[in-house]
Amino acid sequence: MRVLMFGWEFPPHIAGGLGTACYGLTKGLANQGVEVIFVVPHAYGDEDQRYVRVMNASDVEATFGEEIHGQMWEKLTFIHIDSNMVPYISPEEFASESVSYQKTGEFLYRRDTWKERYDFSGKYGANLMEEVARYAIVAAQVARDLEGRFDVIHAHDWLTYYAGIAAKQVSGKPLVVHMHATEFDRSGESVNQSVYNIERAGMEAADRVIAVSNLTRSIVIDKYGITPQKVVTVHNAVQFAPSGEGVEVERGVKDKIVTFLGRITYQKGPDYFVEAAAKVLKRTPGVRFVMAGSGDMMNHVIRRVASLGIADRFHFTGFLKGDDVQRMFAMSDVYVMPSVSEPFGISPLEAMRSNVPVIISKQSGVAEVLDYAVKVDYWDVDALADAIYALINYPALSQMFASKGLEEVTALRWDDAAAEVKDVYQSCL
Amino acid sequence: MKTICFYFQVHQPLRLKRYRFFNMGKDHNYLDDVTNRSIMQKVATLCYLPMNELLLRLIDENRGAFRVTFSITGLAIHQFREYAPQVLESFRKLAATGCVEFLGETYSHSLASLVDEEEFRDQVISHCDLIEKEFGVRPKAFRNTELIYSDHIGEMVAQMGFRTMLAEGAKHVLGWKSPNFVYANALDQKLRLLLRNYKLSDDIAFRFSAQGWDQWPLTVDKYVSWLLSDDMSGEVIDLFMDYETFGEHQSASSGIFDFMRFLPQGILKTKQLEFATVSEAAAKYQPVAVLHSPHAMSWADEERDVTAWIGNELQDEAFHKLYALRQRIKQLNDPDFDYVWEFMQSSDHFYYMATKWFSDGDVHNYFNPYDSAYEAFINYMNVLSDFEIEVDKRISQSTAQSA
Repeated sequence: MRVLMFGWEFPPHIAGGLGTACYGLTKGLANQGVEVIFVVPHAYGDEDQRYVRVMNASDVEATFGEEIHGQMWEKLTFIHIDSNMVPYISPEEFASESVSYQKTGEFLYRRDTWKERYDFSGKYGANLMEEVARYAIVAAQVARDLEGRFDVIHAHDWLTYYAGIAAKQVSGKPLVVHMHATEFDRSGESVNQSVYNIERAGMEAADRVIAVSNLTRSIVIDKYGITPQKVVTVHNAVQFAPSGEGVEVERGVKDKIVTFLGRITYQKGPDYFVEAAAKVLKRTPGVRFVMAGSGDMMNHVIRRVASLGIADRFHFTGFLKGDDVQRMFAMSDVYVMPSVSEPFGISPLEAMRSNVPVIISKQSGVAEVLDYAVKVDYWDVDALADAIYALINYPALSQMFASKGLEEVTALRWDDAAAEVKDVYQSCL
Repeated sequence: MKTICFYFQVHQPLRLKRYRFFNMGKDHNYLDDVTNRSIMQKVATLCYLPMNELLLRLIDENRGAFRVTFSITGLAIHQFREYAPQVLESFRKLAATGCVEFLGETYSHSLASLVDEEEFRDQVISHCDLIEKEFGVRPKAFRNTELIYSDHIGEMVAQMGFRTMLAEGAKHVLGWKSPNFVYANALDQKLRLLLRNYKLSDDIAFRFSAQGWDQWPLTVDKYVSWLLSDDMSGEVIDLFMDYETFGEHQSASSGIFDFMRFLPQGILKTKQLEFATVSEAAAKYQPVAVLHSPHAMSWADEERDVTAWIGNELQDEAFHKLYALRQRIKQLNDPDFDYVWEFMQSSDHFYYMATKWFSDGDVHNYFNPYDSAYEAFINYMNVLSDFEIEVDKRISQSTAQSA
């Protein structure tokens, strides 16, 4: 079986968990004998291509402006495309341009064809909507170029849904869209309507929708009105670095360390962590709280920590990369993920892998697959404080969670998740 | 005859390095030595050395008629010793002329006057000891960090034996009154106050090279005519500014050195203006009134209050956590700990945490090595937390030994 997959990021160039999940899934699929061509807006060339062929959308020449019929393209015209886009000339074109300029003093530049490359940033920047639209145009071209070389189209998250729809329209192959997060997870009730529209259009056009948890599945059904029969839950797994224990950490401080690691945004519930920290610190000395990450609520959280008067025991590390993440886990005694809404949530699994007991909110998808984690309602600051206090003060409890948790998390394999995804593919062929 | 009083402030903080959570418990070198050294050496080359040389020459040429006042913080002197001893040497030469007065202040350019009277006293005494050791004269006049002044601070200063103190000629305190007279402290009238003429001071310190200013370019003749003008009535005109104005904030290419080269002559030849040091000016005139300043004022920002350093959540938290350490530091009485305790107190750290960026954002940004107030706060708190751990560790060691 061959799959044309559209993603937005791929390790090592990732901004969140999406790229990591895509990598784990493609690797698992490769083990299931599924061939994957993975298209990203901007490939850097150093992606791990052992299990998957990574294709750079920035290298695809697409015929912009061509008349394509169909309602999706009508919708596309609503998306504002900035005109200050710089056409991207290939090195060969540049060479012939400059040679002709030297000889004749005139530019060859012909504007009659619209065949251009669009240099995607592949980030989540200001002209994200423009990139999403352009990505769809490129996707149509990719589907045309690869005609007959894939059986299913698989699109990850709303950024790639137009691309998936375009590829489906061009090729007629079935489309599977994968909901790693919904707009409600990202923005609470104040959803961005154009993102919501893209998500719904993608799911409506799709033959199957994969949700990363039952939590996400019910949001998809309740809030997007998608037919329940075509929505399937496939829980994420976790892919650990082969030498996860490689990081030797010498602990500088003797105090117990309670860690929050993730984007400091509304969705992740950083406020509840701070309030719980203040409650714990009132009762017990010898504990420090660390908030690792960055995000739009960071300044707000820093102010709150300052006004609670706990800034000497509550530390911020900023965004952590690479080894620092492992070091942070290795230094932690308790890991807390108080997410308000978390479709899945990989990071508690990484913490458990580092032998750290975890507290997760009941409003996270990962709560569906874990037994050895303390589960609290995100808003229940007292329960959260209580759980933190227990895990730092009762060694028997934290040891049990750490050792059983490690077993549990080791059993969550991408191979199993990939097998379920493969079943989904088969169901729509 | 009007008296012109020049006072220059010399201060360099000891800047903290980027100190992360991961450093805590392992790394106790908190300072960015490279930056501190390179800034000190840069400012020495651009400002301290050439300007000191110019002042020496002006004092020499005018045979005692040109007189100036300096206040140099302990942290600046500490860094002169370490990175630019020739600057200290040239200040000693200025001191030897007898035409230069040195003021007392807090050793580390701190905000202790706002929080802890005992700490404030200790720091002033250690600064005066240092000035006496370096320049041979014990300070008689006082200036507080950033000209922070209130009736209560003035009273504390008077109790320490000072007879003169500097303050801002802040409009909200003076009202209709002119800054160009000597005033007295409201609680202890023996303490005389000299008030900064912010208009004429800032014409040199801030506006000198501002080409958008309608008075640009500023010439000696023009400036002297302002000093003489009837609008500038009064007895003493106080021109207080950062010493780094000369050559650093206002670059040599702006002509600031040439301006200062000829200003004393231009002033003296009018025969209606004379120079005096701060103490001389205060002794010469009787106070015309008491000045009421129940709340702290300063020379900073449009508000001329202390909100550049304390007031937002970040600053208040850092400030209170810092001063909560005081009793433990005194108990330890260990020079290594005192050293950190001192440089952690300099007002600059709190200035970096300011979040009021409207009218004075430019000035704040100019002096701020951090991208944001939040970053400054995080870094400071990381250092302070590690320092606190070390303090507690040492205290428990020493109590274990004595037990």
